[in-house]
Order: sequence, then C-alpha cells, then structure tokens
Amino acid sequence: MKFRAKIIDVGCLNHFTRVVNTISKLTKTCILRLTPGNLYFVLSGKIASGGVSMWCELSQANFFDEYQLEGVAPEANEICLEVTPENLSRALRTAQNAKCVKIKLTKKHCPCLTFAAELPTLSSVSRVVTHDIPVDVIPRRLWHDFKEPSVPDFDVSIYLPPLKTMKNVVDRMKNLSNFLVIEANLNGEMNLKIETDLVSVTTHFKDLGNPPWGDDGSQGRSHSRDPELMAQTRVDIRKLQQFLMGQQVNPSKAMCNIVHKRIIHLILLHEDVSLQYFIPAVA
Amino acid sequence: MLLSTHSQTVDDNYVLVASLDNVRNLSNILKAITFKDHAIFNATPNGLKVTVEDSKCLQANAFIQAEIFQEFTIKEDSVGFQINLTVLLDCLTIFGGSTVAGVTTALRMCYNGYGYPLTLFLEEGGVVTVCKINTQEPEEPIDFEFCSTNVTNKVILQSESLKEAFSELDMTSEVLQITMSPSQPYFRLSTFGNSGNAHYDYPKDSDMMELFQCSKTQTNRMSLLKPSTKALALSCKVSVRTDSRGFLSLQYLVRNDDGQICFVEYYCCPDEEAEEEY
Repeated sequence: MKFRAKIIDVGCLNHFTRVVNTISKLTKTCILRLTPGNLYFVLSGKIASGGVSMWCELSQANFFDEYQLEGVAPEANEICLEVTPENLSRALRTAQNAKCVKIKLTKKHCPCLTFAAELPTLSSVSRVVTHDIPVDVIPRRLWHDFKEPSVPDFDVSIYLPPLKTMKNVVDRMKNLSNFLVIEANLNGEMNLKIETDLVSVTTHFKDLGNPPWGDDGSQGRSHSRDPELMAQTRVDIRKLQQFLMGQQVNPSKAMCNIVHKRIIHLILLHEDVSLQYFIPAVA
Repeated sequence: MLLSTHSQTVDDNYVLVASLDNVRNLSNILKAITFKDHAIFNATPNGLKVTVEDSKCLQANAFIQAEIFQEFTIKEDSVGFQINLTVLLDCLTIFGGSTVAGVTTALRMCYNGYGYPLTLFLEEGGVVTVCKINTQEPEEPIDFEFCSTNVTNKVILQSESLKEAFSELDMTSEVLQITMSPSQPYFRLSTFGNSGNAHYDYPKDSDMMELFQCSKTQTNRMSLLKPSTKALALSCKVSVRTDSRGFLSLQYLVRNDDGQICFVEYYCCPDEEAEEEY
C-alpha cells in the first residue's frame, strides 16, 4: 500500500482545507477512501453516529498536483482509512501559507498520514512542519460498509432555501424543541415545523423549485403525484443543526430528497466537491 | 401583504392586533427585562406594558406606546395574559439575532382573548414564520406604590457614565449599594467583593449628572442588579429615585432603531440588612 500526494496551489489548498473543516464539524471520526480518481469521506449510518450517514466525494485532480496511489491489491486499487478529521484540520491550519503540502501514508509507531508543509521564510531555506496523524487501516473485508449510498426512492425532491436562513431558523427552533418536521411538495414549497406543549412554530419557504430528476426509472411516480401534497419527515433537530453549522461556503446547488416518514437526503454540490448527508426519521 | 394573507382567519376574532415593520423595536426592549421566564402582558389603547417579577422584591416593566407600532388595534379597554418570555423572544428572533444592513423582519402579533395562544407572524425576505405560543391567566403585578410625592432623592444621569462603572463592577460582590445624599459623596455605587470594597462616586456637578435633587442620605442595597444592566446598555438616560420607605426606582430612557423613545423601569424593595455597617 502506498500513497503520496502534493498540493502546491494555494487556492486548492484553501479549498481542500475548507472541505476538511466542514467534515470535521459533521463527525468526530469517519472513513477516508482513496482511489485513483477520487477521495471520499464516508460515514455509514450506524447506531454510534445516531443513524446519520455521510458521503463526500472529491475529484483528486482538482486539488492535487501530484497523486500516486497503490492500493491493497491490483484488483482492489484503493486504500481505506479511519481518520479523525479534526486532526487533518489542525495539520492544514498550520499549512495555510505553505508553498507546498505533501501527504504520505507512512508507518511510524502505527499507520499515519504524514502532512509535511513547506513554509516560506525570509531566508532562502524553507521551514518544514510535519504532522503525523495516526490512522487505522480498514481491512478489505469491511469495505462493503463504505460503498456509495444509492439515491433513495424519494417522494419529493426540492431545492433548499439559502442555508444561512435555514440555519438561523433551525438554531432558534432548537431552543424550543428537540424534534423538527421537514416537509416539502412538488410546488417548490418547504416548511420547517416544531410543536411542543408550549409553542408551535412553522417557517414557510416558497418558490424553491424542484430539481428535474431524469426519466430513468424510480422517480417516475413523481409525475402523477399531487403537487400540493407534502412529504414529511420528523428528525432530531440537532442532526439538522449540525449539518447546517458545518457549511462554510455556499454550494452551487443544494437540494433535499424526502422519503415520507423515513429519511431526508441532503445533497450539496460545489464545483469539485459533492456532499450527501442522510438523516433518518425519529418516531 | 404576506402577513395579512396568513392572518386573515385569525383577524375576525382578535381582541388585539399589533404590527411592526421592524420586530427589533419590540425584541430589543423585551431583552432588557428578561431575567425570569414569565412575563405579564397588559395592553391598553395606550400601548403595551410588559412586566417581569422576581420574588416579590424586584419588578421590571417595559412600556411600548401604541405610536411605536405601525398598527395597534385593541377591542377592549384592557387585554392581559401571561406568557413564557424566553419562548417569545426565541420566536421574535426566529430569523436570527444579528442585524444585516437593510434587512428587517416584520411582525404581526394577534391575540384572540382568554384561552387563546398568542399568534405571531414574522416575515423576512419573503419567508414567513408563524408562531403560536400558549398563554396563561395573568397574575396581578405587585403595586410597589412608588409615587412621585413620596420621592426623597432623585438623580438623572447620562447612561454613558453608568455603563462604564457597571462594566467595571466587582462581580464577586453579592450586593450593589447605591448611596444618594445632599452632601458628600452625593451619588455612590459600592461593591463588597473578594478583593475588597470599591466605590464609584459621581459629584453632583458632574457633566453626566442632568439632575440632582437629594433631600436626605439614603442607602439602598440590592443583589447586584445584573438584570437591569441589559436595560442600561440600551438606554441613553437613567433616573434613579428613592422614596421615604427606601424603595428604589430606576427608569431607563431607551431609543429604538428608529429613534423613538420607550421606557423601561425597575422597582426594588429595600434590602432587609440595610442597617449593616459598610
């Protein structure tokens, strides 16, 4: 197993740092899958993570100037690691003004991702700061847990309102209730609702637009669906808040697929990064 | 108008409807009296009075006159209810606490009378939030019987100077003592904390002193009055008065976002141990 990569463009470095920062706000630990074409940050919906799943995909060519990978086996040319994103964030923070950042899979006292940042100095000699971040190598037999999630058979797909507005509203609603209902219809309307003994609050978003999913199969039933009919799911408000807190940059596209009373599937698309987040329904 | 479409069904039975183009003209002043969860609302054709009390010895009132509202319609002489103030504030600030230049949140508040929830319609940038907050039977606020004929000492100060003093107060002191006297030290704030005793003196001819009328030396001790510091922060002037029984009245003149004037007033009972040496 071998992995070596290098970032020399400061824009790419900042962008990569922002992505890692976002991931670190969403979860304490996750899986980092390295393949010849892409990097994936994955969280599979187990009890430990409260049932949320995450799939973040980056095209390596958009970030790295050099990228060399030798996976576990020729027919399985990838590496799967368990990482703590906060540690990656920290390493990248010191690399902010670096001329170049090299990432390598190494073995110190345990497997590590070693970040070496070459920092500019006043003299001609560069200063190198190295971080050895311990990681766990995930054996091949467990890889099936970290496959790309399939898009669920959703009832409604809708574009999200501005994330900042959603975050402000959800932050306040969290003071009032532990659970929130998110509902939307094919008329571009979305409501966020909370209800307790003390108070009920509903925020109405209109004219959001519904993404035109392709004619390929499963979403075909949306054609016959009453556009006014709401699909709704009740979720733990902290999970939605956590998702919204992590977003640092406005995505080029943001949408939400709702499977009535089962799950919400949030999709954020940036130029070269896509993030999917699944929040299951609570009773 | 977005808000009126939503509230049409409520309008027919309302006893109170109040609207504001900028909800901060209500939420800011309510923040100045939020030291307890519950507040008593009393609306009359003159406007809104909101009261918060603590253990029968501290009372805060916020007055928002009818003229402050873009619409203020009341069908009875007096409409009252009790409501959870922290919940109300979370609803009034549902679109976020901070201000963005040029963006205001509009409010329409409707109440259908006894037993009904208070309904709020808030709108910002085309997004509408509807809140229904349960109300309770209002308790009768305590009448501190503070009347101007009984006032022994009165001082009006510009808030600027008091804000400075309050920001430096020794918070390890359990009490804040206010001394007013026709002779030295005239107006003194004192604390008795872990690092010792501290005194802030204001001479009667100071620039900050707009009015000084003291007839006898009086000392009032109260628990550090942290609740009133929020009102102080919003205000531009404060009047401090004591009466012959030793009750204290603090009146804050607050200017809202649009420069209009509202009042916040705090009443405090005299401290039982006022006789202690200091």
